Amino acid sequence: MLWCGTPRLLPLYIWVFSHWNIGKRIRSRAIPYLFSIMDLTVNIGHLKLKNPVMTASGTFGYGEEYSEFVDLNRLGAVVVKGISLEPREGNPPPRICETPCGMLNTIGLQNVGLKRFLKEKLPYLRRFDTPVIVNILGNTVREYVRLSEALDNAGVDGIELNVSCPNVKKAGMIFGTDKKTLAMLVSKVRQSVKRAVLITKLSPSVSSIQEFSKIAEDSGSDAVSLINTISGMAIDIETGKPKLSNITGGLSGPAIKPIAVRMVWETYNAVKIPIIGMGGIMSAEDAIEFMLAGATAVAVGTANFANPEATVAIISGIEEYLGKKGMRGVKEIIGGLNNAQSYNNLNN
Amino acid sequence: MSRHFKAKIINNLSLNGKNGLLSMEPLEPVINPEPGQFYMIGVSNSHDPFLKRPFSFFRKTSEGIQFLYEVRGRGTMMMKGFRGGEVINILGPLGKGYPEPGGDKTPLLIAGGIGIASVFSLVEAFAKRAYVFYGARDKEGLLMLDELEGLAGELIISTDDGSMGEKGTVVDVLNDFLTSDGSTELAEVFSLLTSYLIYACGPKPMLEAVSRIALGRGIKGYISAEENMACGVGACLGCAIKVKSQTLALCYKMVCKDGPVFPIEEILW
Repeated sequence: MLWCGTPRLLPLYIWVFSHWNIGKRIRSRAIPYLFSIMDLTVNIGHLKLKNPVMTASGTFGYGEEYSEFVDLNRLGAVVVKGISLEPREGNPPPRICETPCGMLNTIGLQNVGLKRFLKEKLPYLRRFDTPVIVNILGNTVREYVRLSEALDNAGVDGIELNVSCPNVKKAGMIFGTDKKTLAMLVSKVRQSVKRAVLITKLSPSVSSIQEFSKIAEDSGSDAVSLINTISGMAIDIETGKPKLSNITGGLSGPAIKPIAVRMVWETYNAVKIPIIGMGGIMSAEDAIEFMLAGATAVAVGTANFANPEATVAIISGIEEYLGKKGMRGVKEIIGGLNNAQSYNNLNN
Repeated sequence: MSRHFKAKIINNLSLNGKNGLLSMEPLEPVINPEPGQFYMIGVSNSHDPFLKRPFSFFRKTSEGIQFLYEVRGRGTMMMKGFRGGEVINILGPLGKGYPEPGGDKTPLLIAGGIGIASVFSLVEAFAKRAYVFYGARDKEGLLMLDELEGLAGELIISTDDGSMGEKGTVVDVLNDFLTSDGSTELAEVFSLLTSYLIYACGPKPMLEAVSRIALGRGIKGYISAEENMACGVGACLGCAIKVKSQTLALCYKMVCKDGPVFPIEEILW
């Protein structure tokens, strides 16, 4: 049982055992590191993830696109591109442009629609030992309900309500920026989701992220995910034209990370349900920052575009950090912000 | 063999103020590229810029994989600064290239400006069989002329300012070529036109004009399209291009995955 390292670690074992009395502190650091008993699992509602790193919707296609670069079995969960009842063609080009430390997109929720997703995309993802979370969007509450019913029956592990897309007129954002509408939507969907965990993806474009996350919690969400992109705009000064066909688009990437970390921290102080943190996570350090602020899990988005292997690099980086800090489990990081002033003191 | 690999810069030649020729050697076994395919090249290790840039595969030599590029923005400016020995991250080969050169049709290869990068390996593949129409703004913008001279069946040069070759755009020259045959017999003209096969890469207005000419005269062919890209593997859905669809609904394909090479009749301009 004790012999689970490689032979080249033998001198280390001998050292550890001969210094057994040095103290608890060293033991608590060395043992998990040497015997790899680090626990990376986290829970989102009743869903157990093997590690806290998932993909952010819209940045990982339907999983298959990245399967030659990443062993999908290694991921905490795969969150697929937002699905609507009917297929959507999306917005005209140009749909993306890079901005300082970030990118703007106005894809317009192009997707294959529910039918094709269930028939062509889901069976592929089912081959892996990784939970599948489906991001959904509708034009009406009824559409959200029909989508979540169908997906729940199909046995997906999680449903993420997209109520925060800045790039389409009818669907999306309107549900996420009006308190009453959000409450009604989440509670209606809750009634139809029996097996899957229900996640509400919140918009950063609200006056108080705490109020909206509380509404999601009170209406029956098992978790909240935040943040979606922040509405932005860029202009080509030579032509005077907007750089995106839709004029405005959603900003993602490292540029929005501090905003996202702040919002995760605020939400952590307002709700009891788990938070899936995202917004510009490029490295394990970024992921840990989100977890210290209160995220139970993190989603890697735009980083996949720059480095298709970003997710697995982040998982390894988190493991290394745990070893270095002598922690036994990733749960020890969650909400571990070491602040002189508590949230309540700051706001009273 | 992975399509995500590290490569060592062998050299980075400056061809003129704007253009460069980058040669690199993959540090691991890689997949062989086909004409018309592309690579996403990582230009910096920082967050600004952080997205890789798409570049058409130029050719493979004993010096490794080569890319011909034009400095247009921050990414290509950083690329110009690459020095021999530096190691960079690369993704590729990606997308669908030109179909295998075969059959008995006469290939018409049309390149505008830096579009020559995509077409060049086809010129090589067609081994002296192809008519190559190559246009640029001025003499300075014409690249790799000596090599092209040796590889093309016939090389027809044009510049916008007339500083070299014929004065005018490559589209003007193509139009003249297709009309100057002097034949009036309808059946003869028709059989001549249908004996051609077009392959084109260049700026959007050029591709649109070439497509109109091809469609108008019933010539089949392919164009290599360009669009802003983030991932290069069909995940971000950023590089949409409008294509014709059976229904009335708008229909997009992805330049990175469905292309970058498309049959001319497929694109909706």
